[in-house]
Amino acid sequence: MAVATKTVAVTGNQAVAEAFRQLNPDVMPAYPITPSTGIMESFTKFVSDGKVDTETILVESEHSAMSACIGAAAAGGRVATATSAQGMALMWEMLHIASGYRLPILMALVNRALSAPLNIHGDHSDGMGMRDCGWIQLFCENAQEAYDNTIMAYRIAEHKDVRLPIAVNMDGFIISHSIESMRYMADEDVKKFVGEYIAIDPLLDIDNPKSIGALVLPDYYMEHKRAQHEAMLNAKRVVADVSAEFAKITGRKYDLFEAYHLDDAEVVLVALNSAAGTIKDEVDLYRDKGVKAGLLKPRMFRPFPYEEVGAALKNAKAICVMDRADSYGGYGPLFMEIASALSSNKGPVVFNKIYGLGGRDLMPHDIDQVLDETIAVAKSGKVKMMKEYITVRS
Amino acid sequence: MKQMNWKELPHAGACLKAGNANEYKTGSWRSFKPRWVEENCIQCLFCWIYCPDSAVMVKDEKMIGFDYDHCKGCGVCAMECPGKKGNKAIVMEEEGK
Repeated sequence: MAVATKTVAVTGNQAVAEAFRQLNPDVMPAYPITPSTGIMESFTKFVSDGKVDTETILVESEHSAMSACIGAAAAGGRVATATSAQGMALMWEMLHIASGYRLPILMALVNRALSAPLNIHGDHSDGMGMRDCGWIQLFCENAQEAYDNTIMAYRIAEHKDVRLPIAVNMDGFIISHSIESMRYMADEDVKKFVGEYIAIDPLLDIDNPKSIGALVLPDYYMEHKRAQHEAMLNAKRVVADVSAEFAKITGRKYDLFEAYHLDDAEVVLVALNSAAGTIKDEVDLYRDKGVKAGLLKPRMFRPFPYEEVGAALKNAKAICVMDRADSYGGYGPLFMEIASALSSNKGPVVFNKIYGLGGRDLMPHDIDQVLDETIAVAKSGKVKMMKEYITVRS
Repeated sequence: MKQMNWKELPHAGACLKAGNANEYKTGSWRSFKPRWVEENCIQCLFCWIYCPDSAVMVKDEKMIGFDYDHCKGCGVCAMECPGKKGNKAIVMEEEGK
């Protein structure tokens, strides 16, 4: 049975702040940064109005924000924070510690370009920058997905077979600052869905003194990392299970990735976050013209569902992977995942476009250009440039 | 000591037993070893206070020797030792000599 919902018109930041209010974390350390500032702005209002039990800690840097998250989570609290770009970059060393200590911290990451040149607009260089930090990473097309994934996040991160930190990504400004119509769950339904948090070995259990974070030398380090890898493998099943339960009560269905007209698609685009919305419109247009076009939009980037993605793409003739971040001197980070997913079968021709860095708009005609090139590649079986920038003046 | 495999490790590598550092022998790290010269010792216990580990053994408020399973040979005790009439009660000697 679907739960009561309320339709609202809000920004992505407001939607995530509302999810945080309903989740009611114990501690929320943060150092607000554009474009994630709106989350803390709305949330601290909930705190001063007495709508949550959360203790907010406004710290002197993002490094301290993540450090405070780690301390509070190790003490036994349910913890969240929000950041973007340089903020996440300053947290970087602590992100590894959060995952190594297996603390289920929730981060709202409002994706923004990393400097230099200085830029405050949306791209995925921050999200890709934390790719190897051991965090579960979910990506969201719109405010509804950002809200829903935030509501699901603790259930995934806190699962006994997982116990890893989780980051929920949405595009800076395009989603964080645009008003959309979406649906909120009722407070009591969120409370019931999320449940009570039971910390493992909390430091505030003073009757059972313990140490965390002790030095581990070469005789044990790899065993710890292997256990962490296993937790990440388990996360895939848990994301699927939690999403299925969420779908049962809200009617909103989420898979590990979204397949849009993919079943019979010959030319396929792959993209994360908000660009997927525009791409869907263009796929519809090309379908009307008789082109078998489709889209694959990964939702879960870490752990990456290689087998499932590989299977979903195996019948395509040509695939263009569109990256909103670059690995300079290498291919785009999403391209590398898709290429890996396709490596086990002699599958479609795959190539890479870099787009939208620093918030550069991706317009419908840009997508048409990519679709047209993908159609040509599907016909010829040949790629001229494995990786090329689009939406750039040349 | 049998080493645990990755499935046997405590969650997040937490040390759940207070004081279990005592089971971890660090004496092999040492390249210099403190030797106690009892006749020069005035029992001031500076060595016990300054030892950054807990490698100075004390019984009934008296220094009785070193715990060589844990002493890393840093030499702080020998440096701080006032000795008796200019003669140190702790001297550092090269390991293996």
